[in-house]
Amino acid sequence: MFTPELLLNAVVAGLMLGSFYAAVALGLSITFGQLDIVNIAHPTFVILGSFVAYIINENFGLDPVLIGVLFMPIFYFIGTTLYRVYYASFERTGQESLSGLAFFFGLMFIIEVVLILTFGVDYRLVEADYIGQTLHLGPLDFPYRMLVPAIAACIVTGAVVLYMNKTFMGKAILAVSQDRLALQLMGANPLQVKRIALGIAIATAALAGALLIIIQPVEPSVGRMYIGRIFAIVVLGGMGSISGTFLAAILIGVVESIISTFYGPSWAPAVGFGILLLTLAIRPQGIFGRA
Amino acid sequence: MKTTRKISFRNWMLTGVLATGLAVSSVFAPVAKAADPLKIGFSMALTGPLAGAGKAALIAMQIWKDDVNKAGGLLGRQVEFVYYDDATSPSKVPGIYTKLLNVDKVDLVVSSYGTNEISPAMPIVMRKGLVFMSLFGLAVNDKFNYDRYFQIMPAGPIPKDDWSRGFFKLAMEQSPAPKTIALLSEDADFALSAVAGARRHAKRIGLKVVYDRTFPFGSPDVTSVMRAIKAANADLVYIGSYPGGSVGLVKAANELGLKAKMFGGGMVGLQFAGIQKNLGPLLNGIVNYDFWVPEKTLNFPGVNAFLKKYQVAAKGKGVDPFGHYLPPFAYAYLQILGDAVTAVGNLDQKKIAEYIHKTTFSTVVGNVKFAKNGEWATTRTLQVQFRDVAPNDIGQFNKPGKRIVLYPDSVKSGAIQYPFRK
Repeated sequence: MFTPELLLNAVVAGLMLGSFYAAVALGLSITFGQLDIVNIAHPTFVILGSFVAYIINENFGLDPVLIGVLFMPIFYFIGTTLYRVYYASFERTGQESLSGLAFFFGLMFIIEVVLILTFGVDYRLVEADYIGQTLHLGPLDFPYRMLVPAIAACIVTGAVVLYMNKTFMGKAILAVSQDRLALQLMGANPLQVKRIALGIAIATAALAGALLIIIQPVEPSVGRMYIGRIFAIVVLGGMGSISGTFLAAILIGVVESIISTFYGPSWAPAVGFGILLLTLAIRPQGIFGRA
Repeated sequence: MKTTRKISFRNWMLTGVLATGLAVSSVFAPVAKAADPLKIGFSMALTGPLAGAGKAALIAMQIWKDDVNKAGGLLGRQVEFVYYDDATSPSKVPGIYTKLLNVDKVDLVVSSYGTNEISPAMPIVMRKGLVFMSLFGLAVNDKFNYDRYFQIMPAGPIPKDDWSRGFFKLAMEQSPAPKTIALLSEDADFALSAVAGARRHAKRIGLKVVYDRTFPFGSPDVTSVMRAIKAANADLVYIGSYPGGSVGLVKAANELGLKAKMFGGGMVGLQFAGIQKNLGPLLNGIVNYDFWVPEKTLNFPGVNAFLKKYQVAAKGKGVDPFGHYLPPFAYAYLQILGDAVTAVGNLDQKKIAEYIHKTTFSTVVGNVKFAKNGEWATTRTLQVQFRDVAPNDIGQFNKPGKRIVLYPDSVKSGAIQYPFRK
């Protein structure tokens, strides 16, 4: 059944799927990789973003991607507020490791329950003209349902990488997890830096959620299915490396797609996690992490 | 001596009081018990991937409870539900049923929704020798052979095979007859069982299986899977999947231009109004299983009155607004249990089971007679074909003409369109 056309299409599908994974993992790469905050609730914020996209799309017909972008500032504000609570309750007293983890677990369940009580448990989907259409370029198929999220994911990842590398605040975010004291000496307030970083991380969830609901139907507990996969991507990419997270997501997406196409989809997650284990055995800091 | 007589007299008095007390309590004990509610315990998928169906089932069950209680209850006792959310997680089910039986001391138990949640409850229920009415389990009793198990989904006496029998019967009636088939299953109990049956039919008929794979439950994207199926170029594509996977596969089939002659089979989710509305015309031509659709051939006594109540109760609860798929059966499985308890006149589980085995029940889903293994004696798994579905109109699915019943002949409402895409 192997044909070059099938292989090419599998790679293309993997690139699009991987880009989407990157959008979901981006926020976690900032919180877990750079701030050392184990935000296990991140996928739930993504689902919250999906439901926001669903409500606005259902009632006003706006494009889901546009909704995701429009709601990023609100999610940013939620993120900064969340950090204030997290800092006051756990980080300030040095209890962030275990209590912080429990906090985010609790937050995950609370958001899920609120979503269930508000929207019920039925599957929700969005409508857009391009969903169900396909761009055909020679032998290659690009379903817009995957292509649009992939492009949006590449843009948001690129924007975050630029911000991190080109602005003072971005560099401060990269520095805060490495040497907080040195950062203070450089005139930056570590708390403000972390607050902004968590704000950015949660803001990306608004867009990732909108992209998710374009790809698949969503109900409040769907986020749990992503926890393992996105933590694996962040670790594989190298803790704290946004570019690494993106490339790891692409790698997982392409491998899953090729395995699904030629060897059966059941093997895809096993091979993805196999790559993670192999990488960690050879290079414990991840593919792009610093030793 | 005097003292002894005094004590003896006191003992006689004490004995008399105790005896009177016992006599009085024994007289009043049945009265007190009759005033106690009759408790029916179960777990239900109220959160998690199958919660949409689980919550809809619960609404239907509560309608039955209200109807029964208004009519005086069961055995003169008001019916009360004791239930817990199993979060669509089979690992939670054994603990829930252990608690229901040992702590909550329920009088009767029924199952949660779905094969994956029913199987784990079986050993606990069997140990207690209880009648177990179950809700949409596919071939669960094949592993247990429990004579007090009864299943309300009209799969038929050989559930794994009967489930897809209609799909293959329809396919082989076409000219030219199909020669190849692709089989795909989501990796969970029900879907695996459904596709296992389809595999046996394919072998029996002599179809060449050109693709036969499973995919992980809850896969985010199935485009690659559909591309591989398309490359296999099968005449028939039979799929066992859950709502998320079903939606992805239908979309991917359209995006990639699947050329099969028949596509569908055992896709859960295509029965739900929200998903039907979103997929709209992408559904046209798909032949899939169903259990009840608003075609005139399925207008059983009481079903429309029940659906009216359901549709009012479901408003604002975020569940399927029409309730065609599961709710009538969730009502019916309690209807059967209630009728059997009333007929037997007590909670003797052996007698209730014997009564259910020998009786044909008149329910909102039609007449139900069980085979020896607790499945329906005759299959009534519908094969319906989506037809003339327009975009963005949820109301169309509450009317006849959008899901044409092709099989079985007893409730057939139209002829197949073949190939599925003209």
